[in-house]
Amino acid sequence: MFTPDDVTALAVTLKLAGISTLILLLIGTPLAWWLANTRCRLKVMIDAVVALPLILPPTVMGFYLLVALGPNGPLGHLMQSMGGETLAFTFTGLVIGSVVYSLPFVVQPLQDAFANIGSRHMEVAATLRAAPLDRFFTVAVPLARHGYLTALVLGFAHTVGEFGVVLMIGGSIPGETRVLSIAIYDHVESLEYGQAYTLSGTLLLMSFLLLLTLYSVKRRYRINRI
Amino acid sequence: MMLEARFQLNRGRFRLDATFSAPARGITALFGPSGCGKTTLLRAIAGLEQVEAGYLRLGDETWQDAKTDLPTHQRSLGYVFQEASLFPHLNVRGNLMYGYKRIADTSRRITFDQAVALMSLETLLPRHPGNLSGGERQRVAIARALLTSPSLLLLDEPLAALDARRKSELLPFFERLHDELALPVLYVSHAADEVARLADHLVLMEAGRVTASGPVDELLTRLDLPLARDHDAAAIIKATVTGHDETWQLATLAFAGGTFSICHSGLEKNQKVRLRILARDVSLTLDRQRDTSILNILPAHVEQLSEEKPAQVIVRLKIGDARLLARITRKSAAALGLSPGKAVFAQVKSVALLG
Repeated sequence: MFTPDDVTALAVTLKLAGISTLILLLIGTPLAWWLANTRCRLKVMIDAVVALPLILPPTVMGFYLLVALGPNGPLGHLMQSMGGETLAFTFTGLVIGSVVYSLPFVVQPLQDAFANIGSRHMEVAATLRAAPLDRFFTVAVPLARHGYLTALVLGFAHTVGEFGVVLMIGGSIPGETRVLSIAIYDHVESLEYGQAYTLSGTLLLMSFLLLLTLYSVKRRYRINRI
Repeated sequence: MMLEARFQLNRGRFRLDATFSAPARGITALFGPSGCGKTTLLRAIAGLEQVEAGYLRLGDETWQDAKTDLPTHQRSLGYVFQEASLFPHLNVRGNLMYGYKRIADTSRRITFDQAVALMSLETLLPRHPGNLSGGERQRVAIARALLTSPSLLLLDEPLAALDARRKSELLPFFERLHDELALPVLYVSHAADEVARLADHLVLMEAGRVTASGPVDELLTRLDLPLARDHDAAAIIKATVTGHDETWQLATLAFAGGTFSICHSGLEKNQKVRLRILARDVSLTLDRQRDTSILNILPAHVEQLSEEKPAQVIVRLKIGDARLLARITRKSAAALGLSPGKAVFAQVKSVALLG
């Protein structure tokens, strides 16, 4: 059913989505917390920048990333000067692209969740002797678990499904940058519709199951709260 | 030991500029109309408000001055908010443990079981906050605050969000708090009856400023303060049960100026009680009335008179070391020739037992 190449593509996709989601949660948490609590004037600016990937065509995003990551771009240049290779057409480059591209899908649910907590519970925790980081992890994070679940699923699923950015900066190197969506595209180009069906079906089923899990967990969570 | 506080801050058009000191024992009520800054002052004491200038000293510990400003989690205080604000992701036990486990063993002055027993939470421990009544939640919040073994307990209108029934359910727990713990409590309230029932010391606030502070029995009877001009103006008297009259089912209560007889109602000998006597329930005579249904007639001296409304006068009476208020008509005051120093008899129509 799956060719060895397709299995490799699936593995690359899951690895890419896993690593990107992890990085997104690590970057997204402080960023979302800051956006939810700051009164800084820069907030609207940052809000807009974070939301950009929602409306920007992936090819535009991919083009800029390609330039930035290539040998003449700032990031690529930096890597080269440190003795590394440029990031374009590498797995690392793909991770960077995915993180940028999926940022709003992680930051926005977290930001909403943090904003909904309000300040009261954090104040209570402070009066109960919890230092700032302590109360963040023991109060804010558990109360925002709803938002974390959404961020996790959306960040992961969105990375699995991306195409345009990957095409621009990753190409289609088997085992390195050839992800599922690219594999499907290649199959269709070579008129291998059977393979395309199988892979597309796999992707469809995966996305559906992810969302199904998300909504049923959320539903149980809501029932538990009452 | 004293609690000394001074805070200044601006919030838009509101300015708080409050200075007060209170004994570091018993319950001190911050009392005043809504919007006078009581809650803001309490939050400043907890370190939850940005202030322009602040000074806070409890005994020999400085929490805040020009050089120091301890963050909230380093102040040894317990705070009970108006809405209990229990953590929704933890059950009652988890809520109670939250602060308890953050305190070093050596500085614990109350055990988990003691706090649970004090607030009668035994059966609630596995429950989730969402399944508790308002009064139960407030009891959990109080126990949770107590379990951090605070040196100061701050209560922000803990009864305001409750209906009358839940309020009367909860009041005995505050009295227990008062009687069983040697812990200074600041209690924010705008309800005169709560203050009369619970407070030992009073800090009066108006428009962001402290207008007066002192022992509650003294402040309630000061004619220059708005409390004595209130419709429900009353004096608080602390008394001890000294005897029972089984025939008539009456209890005798001794206070600093004599004795009262009141309905028995299950009082035990030597029990300490608080009595509240409304100014409108006290009338004055020059001679002791013989044929009257009024049981409590006490010899008193007029200390001060204030004209309250065109037709009425508030009289402050001295009975031994205790003070009473009487509200009578201006016409009666003139007819009796009342003036400071004059000897009269105070007829007390009803005495409310506050527990």
